[in-house]
Amino acid sequence: MSFEWVQIPYAVLTLLIVLNYGLLMTAVVQKIAARVGGRRGIPVWQNYIDLVKNFAMRSKISHGVMFYLGPVFRLSGGVGLLLFVPTIYGSTWAQNFSFAGDLVLALYFVFFGTLGMALGAGESGHPHSAIGVSRGLSQVTMAELPLGLAVYAIAVQYHTLNITEIVAAQQGGLFNWTLFTNPLATLAAMFALVGTMMRAPFDVVIAPQEIPIGPPTEFHSAYLALMQTNRAIFPVAKTVIYMNLFFGGASNWGEFAIKVFLLYLIPAFIGVVHPRFRVEQSIRFFLKWGVPVGILAILMV
Amino acid sequence: MKDADETFLKQDRTVPLREELRPRTVTTPDGQEITIEPLKDYFCEAAPKVHPKAYFQIVEDFYNWARSESLWILGFGTGCGAIEMRPLMTPRFDAYRYGVQWRPTPRQANLLMISGYLSVKTLKRAIRAYEQMQGPKYVVGLGSCTINGGMYWDSYNTIKKLDEYLPVDLYIAGCMPRPEALLHGFMELKKIIRAGQAEGANRYAENFAQYKANQKSVIKDWDMPDYNW
Repeated sequence: MSFEWVQIPYAVLTLLIVLNYGLLMTAVVQKIAARVGGRRGIPVWQNYIDLVKNFAMRSKISHGVMFYLGPVFRLSGGVGLLLFVPTIYGSTWAQNFSFAGDLVLALYFVFFGTLGMALGAGESGHPHSAIGVSRGLSQVTMAELPLGLAVYAIAVQYHTLNITEIVAAQQGGLFNWTLFTNPLATLAAMFALVGTMMRAPFDVVIAPQEIPIGPPTEFHSAYLALMQTNRAIFPVAKTVIYMNLFFGGASNWGEFAIKVFLLYLIPAFIGVVHPRFRVEQSIRFFLKWGVPVGILAILMV
Repeated sequence: MKDADETFLKQDRTVPLREELRPRTVTTPDGQEITIEPLKDYFCEAAPKVHPKAYFQIVEDFYNWARSESLWILGFGTGCGAIEMRPLMTPRFDAYRYGVQWRPTPRQANLLMISGYLSVKTLKRAIRAYEQMQGPKYVVGLGSCTINGGMYWDSYNTIKKLDEYLPVDLYIAGCMPRPEALLHGFMELKKIIRAGQAEGANRYAENFAQYKANQKSVIKDWDMPDYNW
């Protein structure tokens, strides 16, 4: 991979677009969920106001160095994930810092934020945080397992670990998408998408009604604002990976916006009609349904 | 507000500390002996500070606008008024439209709704919750019980004027006020915040001694630190 200085402002621009897109999209999805409940829901610009308000809080307290670093790690997980994955296929400036083998790094970054959060939440000393993080780690680990298997399957299928090459192999028509060339791997990955988006039925980790409210219990003011920023970037960055691997990538920002939104709607729609799983139930669910599909996908290839 | 004069403060009501709050020596799994003083180790002893406004008025106005449009309520139901809050989350009233949201932890909330009468036992928890919130923070008293005691005026275990114990920004009168009144109250609170008059957190810090004296005069078994952050 060749590096040029111009890539840095390009990457910042990508980040800005994705941040704004994420803030608006999550609000729209929240509005859709509210409509299911018969409500109007929050205004679409509410996320921006919340962000400003949290930065404008006058007092903040710290529980130690890791408490600072927790949200920072979380955010760098989201930003890192976004920066090392080509956002738009074929675009010179939205390629970011993708390189051969970036798929492995992306999988690592998916997990990085959760681990950083575990350290930060652990230092906050709140029992709910510790319980929430241990629940979150076990559930996310299990939910990532089908994705790992699916990624293995398509790496074998396309003989590469480079996301750009995988996207390139899917160009030239709807039926070249992995969705159609390897439906089992896509299905297995969908388990992981639904499982890691922190929406019902797999949101016991951060559900306000359970252990209020899990890992972020002690985080407030600017810490919380950092985490909110990440909550806008991270789901989009994660969905971009799924879009690149299984749904043919995007060749322009319009296609990107539509595909990410539709993919994001899958867990949202599943979420609004399903009650919540307990952690051991969701682990059992992924072992029983997700993992066999992933293994089958590898065998089929 | 009651006077916190010397004679009043001298009324010495020392209560024995609860078992779990007493200093003790513990042997750790690797054989070390450590002393734990829960009141010092688990809580911060610093008193609340007065936080200045933003330097530029235009910035402060912008912040106040954001604060007013993003009211995060701490879900703390004290009396019967708690039941009037629930319809606000449902399709009929839907307070989310106005930027009002519910947070389950005091750290993230900036609006404490005292929904109805406060028994002395609950007052203790309300104080802890309020002190754990991060400023600027607002208190809204709901119903006549928080204004003058209401129907609990001569109750032996209920406080009468909430404003003596916590800095109240707004009262919503009624017994109970309907959800429409609550929505109207939120709108009024927004006006107060936008005008920059909702400085309850700073008022609390300035008059900390008075508030503490008032609180301790009704809470007989005071067994927590003077300030919970």
